[in-house]
Amino acid sequence: MRMINHHPGRVSATLLGLLPFLLIMLIYSLASQERLADNPNDKLLPGLEQMTAAVDRMAFQEDRRSGDYLMWQDTTASLARLGMGVGIAASLALVVGILNGVLPLVRANLAPLVSALSMVPPLAILPILFIVFGLGELSKVMLIVIGTAPIMMRDVAQRVRELPGEQLIKIQTLGANSWQVITRMALPQVLPRLIDAVRLSLGPAWLFLIAAEAIASTEGLGYRIFLVRRYLAMDVILPYVIWITILAIVIDQCLRLANRRLFPWYNAGGH
Amino acid sequence: MSFITVNNLWKEYGDQVILENLNLSVKQGEFCTLVGASGCGKSTFLKMLLGQETQTRGELLLEGEAFPGEPDRNRGIVFQRYSVFPHLTVRQNVLMGLELEQKPWLGKLFGGARKEALEKVDSMLESVGLTPSANKWPHELSGGMQQRLAIAQSLIMRPRVLLLDEPFGALDPGIRGDMHDLLLKLWQETGTTIFMVTHDLKEGFYLGTRLLVFDKVRNDPHDPQAYGATITYDLPIGQTDRKLFEDIHQSVSETARNQAA
Repeated sequence: MRMINHHPGRVSATLLGLLPFLLIMLIYSLASQERLADNPNDKLLPGLEQMTAAVDRMAFQEDRRSGDYLMWQDTTASLARLGMGVGIAASLALVVGILNGVLPLVRANLAPLVSALSMVPPLAILPILFIVFGLGELSKVMLIVIGTAPIMMRDVAQRVRELPGEQLIKIQTLGANSWQVITRMALPQVLPRLIDAVRLSLGPAWLFLIAAEAIASTEGLGYRIFLVRRYLAMDVILPYVIWITILAIVIDQCLRLANRRLFPWYNAGGH
Repeated sequence: MSFITVNNLWKEYGDQVILENLNLSVKQGEFCTLVGASGCGKSTFLKMLLGQETQTRGELLLEGEAFPGEPDRNRGIVFQRYSVFPHLTVRQNVLMGLELEQKPWLGKLFGGARKEALEKVDSMLESVGLTPSANKWPHELSGGMQQRLAIAQSLIMRPRVLLLDEPFGALDPGIRGDMHDLLLKLWQETGTTIFMVTHDLKEGFYLGTRLLVFDKVRNDPHDPQAYGATITYDLPIGQTDRKLFEDIHQSVSETARNQAA
């Protein structure tokens, strides 16, 4: 039988999927043990014990200096920035994308600008943001907005234009004016697609968030990682990276489920 | 005065002639079927009736007035596919037109007005046989049921003209027969003027009141686009003349082969 026709069963598919994770953990723990056997104070590959101790210290004990639980403080600070940035970007994308997709005059006017903006490397204008908006929250949120909005705008406009032309004619024959074409045809059909676009933008959004926090911040997941780097505190960095990954996965899955719940017609092949 | 008048109508795209010298006069309530080979301008003519295309030369008049240049609620359309809204249930799809008409800003009806409109919707659904599926999504419907829905969605607006662009082209033959019966029934009930484009010559030969054959009279083998199509036969339905059917069939097939070459 050809390789392309070998399909794993349910159980074996799960096992196959788990295997790489287990392998990475095995290799890491072997290497870690070996280094720790040589030098119990090794910082590069901390063992499980050191990492749990670090998590306990960061998440479940008050910081000696500030009296805060640092990991939760970092998490809420980062999630607030991420949520605000992505939220603003998605709203902008919805408005501009739909107008671009539906109205030819707006498209002629705005589409070239959106295309050009989406080509600007966002990190290259981070200094400008710091100069213009200061080192506070605004510049970090703006980096996420500028980094993710133009691409989402293009995506939304594209999705609107992919709606069958027959539908556009049909709704006109039902007497719709331009506003109604937007509110009753384009908007409801583009919302689930916007959620998909947001899911894809979350990766870049995290990148911009951590970059901004690394450079100028006093709290946040990215700030913490770059702060403790000075002490080679891998026992803090690794759990933080895993925590960020878990957060990203949870957010992604929540959006996926929301999409399924809110738009039953979309995921059942209704488009 | 005739309902729809076509005077010396031409449609060209650059050098390419699609329709030449079309003349036609249609009374209100007629059911015209348009047949012909692919690329003979049937759909283009339908698009002009819809307001999606404009003629290059000549006149196209609705009760003596030029046709509006964009689709409006007086001319309903059913395409072969994608005529219904996937994000609305069957009932909401039919309700849509009434809502759009009554609420220019909200586009939605509430309370008593909605109840009243839904009564109309439900009786419309009943007459196309979709009552059991009223709360389903379009993707849960078969192809034939989707087309029933598209027809119901258009007819609830009581359009003056109903345009059908190969509405049954993607359906199984048995289902197609049911749809013919349904369409004839609805046409008799509403008295709407209907134009239907079809590939199927047999379908055109007995459905409706009038058969219009779009064909090319002249053909240049070296330049198939040099001449456009026109109406070569304009027949009342009911003349089921075998010989005539064969003649038309042969002529249309020959044009189709020339187009393909």
